[in-house]
Amino acid sequence: MRRAGFVSEMLGFCRDCLADNPDRVRRCRTCGSPRLVTHPQLAKLAIAHVDCDAFYATIEKRDNPSLRDKPVIVGGGKRGVVATACYVARTFGVKSAMPMFQARRLCPHAEVVPPDMAKYARVGREVRALMLDLTPLVEPLSIDEAFLDLGGTERLHGMIAAKALARFAKEVETKLGITISIGLSANKFLAKIASDLDKPRGFSVLSPEEAPSFLAPRPVTFIWGVGKVFGETLARDGYRTIADLQRADETELMRRYGVEGQRLARLARGIDQRPVSPDRETKSVSAETTFATDIADQRTLERLLWELCEKVSARLKAKEIAGTTVTLKLKTADFRLRTRARSLPAPTQLAAAIFEQGRELLAREVNGTQFRLLGIGISALTGDEDADPADLVNARAQRTAAAEHAMDRLRDRFGRGAVIRGRSIED
Amino acid sequence: MKVTVERADLLKSLSHVHRVVERRNTIPILANVLVRAERSQLSFKATDLDLEVIESISAEVSPGGVTTVPAHMFYEIVRKLPEGAQIVLEATGDRATMSIRAGRSRFTLQTLPESDFPDLAAGDMAHKFTLAAADLKRLINKTQFAISTEETRYYLNGIYLHTAGSAKNLTLRAVATDGHRLAQVDLPAPAGAEGMPSIIVPRKTVGEIQRLIEDMDGDVTVELSPAKIRFTVGSVVLTSKLIDGTFPDYGRVIPHANDKLLEVERRDFEQAVDRVSTVSSERGRAVKLSIAPGKLTLSVTNPDSGSATEELEIVYEAEPIDIGFNSRYLLDIAAQIDGDTAVLKLADPGSPTLIEEKGRHDALYVLMPMRV
Repeated sequence: MRRAGFVSEMLGFCRDCLADNPDRVRRCRTCGSPRLVTHPQLAKLAIAHVDCDAFYATIEKRDNPSLRDKPVIVGGGKRGVVATACYVARTFGVKSAMPMFQARRLCPHAEVVPPDMAKYARVGREVRALMLDLTPLVEPLSIDEAFLDLGGTERLHGMIAAKALARFAKEVETKLGITISIGLSANKFLAKIASDLDKPRGFSVLSPEEAPSFLAPRPVTFIWGVGKVFGETLARDGYRTIADLQRADETELMRRYGVEGQRLARLARGIDQRPVSPDRETKSVSAETTFATDIADQRTLERLLWELCEKVSARLKAKEIAGTTVTLKLKTADFRLRTRARSLPAPTQLAAAIFEQGRELLAREVNGTQFRLLGIGISALTGDEDADPADLVNARAQRTAAAEHAMDRLRDRFGRGAVIRGRSIED
Repeated sequence: MKVTVERADLLKSLSHVHRVVERRNTIPILANVLVRAERSQLSFKATDLDLEVIESISAEVSPGGVTTVPAHMFYEIVRKLPEGAQIVLEATGDRATMSIRAGRSRFTLQTLPESDFPDLAAGDMAHKFTLAAADLKRLINKTQFAISTEETRYYLNGIYLHTAGSAKNLTLRAVATDGHRLAQVDLPAPAGAEGMPSIIVPRKTVGEIQRLIEDMDGDVTVELSPAKIRFTVGSVVLTSKLIDGTFPDYGRVIPHANDKLLEVERRDFEQAVDRVSTVSSERGRAVKLSIAPGKLTLSVTNPDSGSATEELEIVYEAEPIDIGFNSRYLLDIAAQIDGDTAVLKLADPGSPTLIEEKGRHDALYVLMPMRV
């Protein structure tokens, strides 16, 4: 990477006042803050992983200061799970995805706040807007997490990437009232590891040079995508730690594990060439809903299914894509997950076509069973140029498609409620 | 029951019947084949509840009897026994087993009582006619490729068999379509076909009957009722349920009025389509036909890998037109044309195209274009 002359002299800077500081000082010479970033490769690194700290809980605390010093759990109703626990609650052992009753047992005095997804999505968009001020190369991973590539932005910002990120973190705190943690490195794999090292309000730097020794003692399952089963396979083959993988020959790992072996060999050495891509390829589009009370009635389920199909279809149309495999997802009252999939002869993006498949899959599952969740998704995605081809024997298909496209145009002009299909009106 | 039989006869018979038995069965009896021995006849019956095959061969029987054994295992055993072997099947009522002996090999298979074996009650078959195997082969071979596999439109999952035309010129017609392409084949209606119900023969049945008549001449007897069809091919009797549904009014979509006529050498065309579609990333992507007087240019563009074009001489006098087709569908149809010259009857890039063999009208194909 290009380095401007004045940057190469710099050894570190203060995250609070952004003043340059030489190495080995413990507090900022300008403002006295201990929050200094120093790293020999600081000026060379430009790929960051940004993660909001206890995102939902932080937003709730921001909006209700009386919660500030209390353990706060954001989670659904009486039977939901923990969506986010604030750092105070985490000290009691409360974790994300833990059943609510367990969280309440661990931390009985916690304040439980029902999630307000619309609000979090709004704040998430605000964070993203600030990210896009830094670089157009923002790859969102979820509502509160993203990779940023600041390569080549040094002249634009008049400062190295590390400093621009520190300034961004300050900006998020002052403008949005939430805190973030930043991991900075030269690739996505290491940046994501780095952001986990210092949390909350963290800033950690992990250079590719130090990555091999940093990674070496860790178990192979530390590598993203190596789960329990693959981890056991690797252990059986003598690869327990990342050091074992570092010693192995890349060709040998490829021979044993195929393309995954190549990935392991490289990641073990801290090498990751995946670019930060703002429009990461969508693999599937889906929508689901958990009911307030369990539902067994077919008509009620169908009505909800239609709404979900419209949602999925709207997203497909917005992205100009279409899919071939329709997957219905149901969760029974006793938490058993059922997924049923079916492939279409040609890709579709129409709500009516997705619904037709979904309804048939649903009909086979409805037998008095109480369900708590219903979802519909579509995968095997392609561009929409071959979607919903004209059909020789079903002239109605073309009319349905035409009607749906006409409805979409009306909604574009007059809003979502402008026109709704008869099927979705409650009887 | 004790039966002595030639391996070759037994193997041939079992190879016909075991295929009907589904590999995975939740009902144990459906994994079995019924074995019946009586009066120097050994007969087998297998079913998947939609389809039933019965086949008889001659054998030395004494005494007779009946039992059921796992079909695939029985077939595998016989297949692995040495060629030319004499096989002895023996079952005794008190132990629920059947033994298979040949030379120094001996197998014992668990049996299930024949009383559990389901019967596909055929009922009354009001219509009966006889077809030459070659004619039935033609009906099936030329339409089978167009059968839909789409579960939603189950009524397209078979061949629509019915009579068409006037009483004087009655034809037995087979039609299959998956919504993208349609195939229609006619035969002069055999005696006895008049007044038959219009039926949809399921895909699996079509496949089985196709294999049975693959290398035989002779005649096939067809019997049918509104709910079932039965084919008798030599010593094999195949009975099948029909698809209970209404086949769409296909006549509406056959574009007889298309007036842009293109004649092309069938073989050259087929090979050219096959060649240019090599650069498609997936099977069956669009091939573009740029048609001008005397010249057809086939082209495929794949943004990921490259492009291909090929020119062909054709007979064409109408105004130039560009139209796209799924290359696999085009190849499927080209393969059905027996003669040297194929005729494409086109209207416009968005409307169905009719394809037939030059000078013949007893088989036609309709293909929906793709956007290119």
